Amino acid sequence: MSILVGKESKIICQGLTGRQGSFHSKQCIEYGTQVVAGVTPGRGGSAHLDLPVFNTMSEAAAATGATVSMIYVPAPFAADAIIEAVDAGMELVVCITEGVPVQDMIRVKAVMGDYDCRLIGPNCPGIITPGECKIGIMPGFIHKPGSVGVISRSGTLTYEAVYQTTCNGLGQSTCIGIGGDPVRGMDFIDCLELFEFDDLTDGIIMVGEIGGSDEEAAAEYIRDNVSKPVVAYIAGVTAPPGKRMGHAGAIVSGGKGTAAEKFKALEAAGVTTVRSPADLGSALKSRMGG
Amino acid sequence: MNLHEYQSKQLFKDYGIPVPAGHPAHTAEDAVQAARDLGGQLWVVKAQVHAGGRGKGGGVKLVRDLDDVSEAAEAMLGSNLITPQTGPEGLPVNTVLVETGSDIARELYLSMLVDRGSERIVLMASAAGGMDIEEVAEKTPEKIFRTFVHPGSGLMGFQCRQLAFGLELEGKQVGAFTRIVQALYRLFIELDAGLVEVNPLVVTGSGEVIALDAKVNIEENALFRQSAALEKRDPTQEDEMENRASAHGLNYVSLDGDIACMVNGAGLAMATMDLIKLHGGEPANFLDVGGDATSERVAAAFKLILSNDKVRAILVNIFGGIVRCDVIAEGIVNAVKEVGVSVPVVVRLEGTNVNKGRELLAKSGLDIITADDLTDAAKKAVGASGR
Repeated sequence: MSILVGKESKIICQGLTGRQGSFHSKQCIEYGTQVVAGVTPGRGGSAHLDLPVFNTMSEAAAATGATVSMIYVPAPFAADAIIEAVDAGMELVVCITEGVPVQDMIRVKAVMGDYDCRLIGPNCPGIITPGECKIGIMPGFIHKPGSVGVISRSGTLTYEAVYQTTCNGLGQSTCIGIGGDPVRGMDFIDCLELFEFDDLTDGIIMVGEIGGSDEEAAAEYIRDNVSKPVVAYIAGVTAPPGKRMGHAGAIVSGGKGTAAEKFKALEAAGVTTVRSPADLGSALKSRMGG
Repeated sequence: MNLHEYQSKQLFKDYGIPVPAGHPAHTAEDAVQAARDLGGQLWVVKAQVHAGGRGKGGGVKLVRDLDDVSEAAEAMLGSNLITPQTGPEGLPVNTVLVETGSDIARELYLSMLVDRGSERIVLMASAAGGMDIEEVAEKTPEKIFRTFVHPGSGLMGFQCRQLAFGLELEGKQVGAFTRIVQALYRLFIELDAGLVEVNPLVVTGSGEVIALDAKVNIEENALFRQSAALEKRDPTQEDEMENRASAHGLNYVSLDGDIACMVNGAGLAMATMDLIKLHGGEPANFLDVGGDATSERVAAAFKLILSNDKVRAILVNIFGGIVRCDVIAEGIVNAVKEVGVSVPVVVRLEGTNVNKGRELLAKSGLDIITADDLTDAAKKAVGASGR
């Protein structure tokens, strides 16, 4: 296994019987992911997609021994679902749901401090270790097992970067979409740390966006802690200040969080930056001596 | 979602936060009646728009007789107010707030918002009220006091007192300030606010603490459980194109350029704008058609884009993942036929069933320029726009 998930990971889907949960779980299973159960309150004892459905996460966890949860429940219930998964002893929770109120996430993060569990998302494409395990909504076929770790705040823009490293032969160790919300689970630094210590990862692609200061914090971390080559792109150079660009967290406010500042910080930390996402794959290949 | 000052002040009143006596008015006659009802000899007439810096744009008038109330209201109502925070067109004034004038001894600043770094609600206070707080933060950051709220404990009394003593409040003012801040925090939580700002919070000549201005923003993601706030929405203060887009499940932001883009995914949409700029063009908009772009949505997106008559070319950039490129291509062909597109359309498709999709576009007989990759697409769109 590369980082966080692999062939042996067992996954429970919260919201399995819903439209989104059904559709994407099916794709994950076809990719070879071990989805072992679903949770939908009130539907316990039934089966869906040939999987057992449970009323609660704790029952599902006890019956299957799964340690990862994948969440597709609607936004009003997402915070509840995350905390239920954390409380049921999951090691990793991946929340795909978009539109979770930020105050809900503040409470979720405060609770998570009491547990040893990682959260990816919400409002994210998920995580994939190519050829082994896909948890989320990314198209599996664009990936290829290989040596690049990908970390991104975006969805389709990540697929661009991934596809380039598939086409130029590098492939990916693991790809993580950390999501576009202001308060969320794992950030760039958490992922960078795991990739730095992962033997299967030789280079890292970071895709950032305007808003917040996570890229600046990541730059500082890279300068002091990351020995592997890192290539980065930041979307939103042309975004007007004060306007939210699709993602809840993608906003330049009070002159802070601009793409220019982020590029500058990353360059100062020795990261190779590209001004076009079309150049991510080739830039990393040349940094890796390909 | 932003609320008007008069709406925010009504909420303040509901939460027991002192505000000046006042009434909203939609006509000059109502404004005079409001002033008469309030009594006294000093009133403030304030234009109600979703933007700050109103004073600088002539949207706040201090008046001393009823004729002047009428004149100020008459001038504001029905006009567009331009402030440093609005665009050059300004925002329409449909309501004025008529308030009793206050005797101001000190102007303070107070706000509450979600801090991304700490993942906490942060309170900010400053003795430099009435000024642009970003300027204060820039030039004299030591003049801003901050305190972060743990969601387990909620806002504690000591935190309010810390701010109060930092602001050099005295005697009864400390208690009054604490009650105001506690009430604001309750409002923030109960209404799912994204921002609450009081600038200025004043200390009057007689030592009372009053919210002279009020700005409340409700977080969009939480509107599903804030139906009362939803009723306060004022679409006249929002971008019409953006509202039309959201009715179709599209995410749209107007920009000043002439190359429109239609993209699936917010990050890729931003990157597409950046690429247009990088290759010498100017993007006309940000438009995310979403992960499951159906042909209806694509058609709606084309209509929206074309209602902006500055547009000289359209760039469609789709990375088909779960969505198949042939489905998208079909949607594009139908939309172009249905809507009657009169400007060049550059289409770049990648992902699932891409060859089938490209074939459909080529066979359509429509004047669609296909592009092989991101760079090619941006260059062709800039070329097609006639630059």
